[in-house]
Amino acid sequence: MTCDEAKILLHALLDNELDAGHAREVEAHIAACPACAAEFAAQREMKRVLADTNLRYSAPASLRTRIEASIPQARPQPSRRSVLRGFAMGSAVSALAASGVVAVVLRQDDQQRILSEVVSAHLRSLQAGHLIDVVSTDQHTVKPWFNGKLDVAPPVIDLTAQGFTLVGGRLDYIDARAIGAVVYKRRQHIINLFVSQTASTEHRPPKTQTMQGFNCRRWGERGLNFWAVSDIGGDELSEFVDKFEAAMKANVEG
Amino acid sequence: MPVSDDLQKAQRFREAALPYLDDVYTLARYLLRDASDAEDAVQECYLRALKHFDSYRGPAMKPWLFAILRNVCNAEYARRAHSHAAIEDTPGAADQTPMWQESEASPETEVLRTRDAGAIRKMIDALAEPFKETFVLREINNLSYREIAEAVGAPVGTVMSRLARARAMLRAAWTAEEEHLR
Repeated sequence: MTCDEAKILLHALLDNELDAGHAREVEAHIAACPACAAEFAAQREMKRVLADTNLRYSAPASLRTRIEASIPQARPQPSRRSVLRGFAMGSAVSALAASGVVAVVLRQDDQQRILSEVVSAHLRSLQAGHLIDVVSTDQHTVKPWFNGKLDVAPPVIDLTAQGFTLVGGRLDYIDARAIGAVVYKRRQHIINLFVSQTASTEHRPPKTQTMQGFNCRRWGERGLNFWAVSDIGGDELSEFVDKFEAAMKANVEG
Repeated sequence: MPVSDDLQKAQRFREAALPYLDDVYTLARYLLRDASDAEDAVQECYLRALKHFDSYRGPAMKPWLFAILRNVCNAEYARRAHSHAAIEDTPGAADQTPMWQESEASPETEVLRTRDAGAIRKMIDALAEPFKETFVLREINNLSYREIAEAVGAPVGTVMSRLARARAMLRAAWTAEEEHLR
């Protein structure tokens, strides 16, 4: 390596931009060349001082306000009315989600990972003795059981009359967090409804995905994420979610 | 539903782009060396970014915003080159002392630290383009070499040699100032 090359590459070394092989070459040159060693030491010192000095500027509040005002204002916190409107907006929202912006893609990758955790949790629950922590067909028993065990207790709604029997609740772990699972039965099939808290209060319409032969329908509402997982058919699972949502809305409004 | 589409887009843009406002403003301040010009450029940058948000496909938001800001600033340079021609012909303008030799005011120890940041900012301001922008993108905006290459539309090799030049120039200015203060 010549000194001319080293004088450029030593910056890449300082910035941690070199792969191991090139880093070794530059280090070897510096070790053998006093001039480049001096330059490297001086640049490292300057970089250290620069890093200790605040050289950034903060955008003035007035500029921030002007820019925010120039971006069309989206809906504020969804009121109940706009949550309802959200249902009608479902297809437009899905179309947007498919439009391929990186942020959205990343979030979906994240969701893919969480989906696989949800399905794994469902599978675990089907093993003997893992399904239910609190056995009850009474929502007024299951709901209080969650209190104090989770930041947010999941809504527990009895859908027996609608053909989905509430059989109990369970604590589970998804995405390294404890979350609530409410367990329903349809004939001999188990439906796990996982509920976790989310920062987003925006309504996300239900969407079915299939993984390892299980159907998973997920949606988001009122700061909660829901995943319903089962081996029942997609139609039946949609029916379950529709009935659950209808009952939840009735609860909130009633 | 075009209206809700637009609102959704605006909301996504807000979440994706607004967190970088300080970064964009910082770059604008260094590129334009004027607070009010920087404000105008940043506002224009965000307007253009929102307009072209549909065609944004990544990979990262920050370099994309910087690339737009550069275009806005280049237009501003062109405008200035036009209006500043007369000033540069003024007798004596060429003899002006370089920025880093300006520190005649007695340096008081307790304010040294803030003054230091100010002095360093001035030295960076005085760097020539395109070295200054490469330096600011790396050292202050914390972009990787690849991201800088993307933002300025130059190969990574060019970014590396510009950065080496910029740092060498900055260190020379720095040393000159320390000699002067001594």
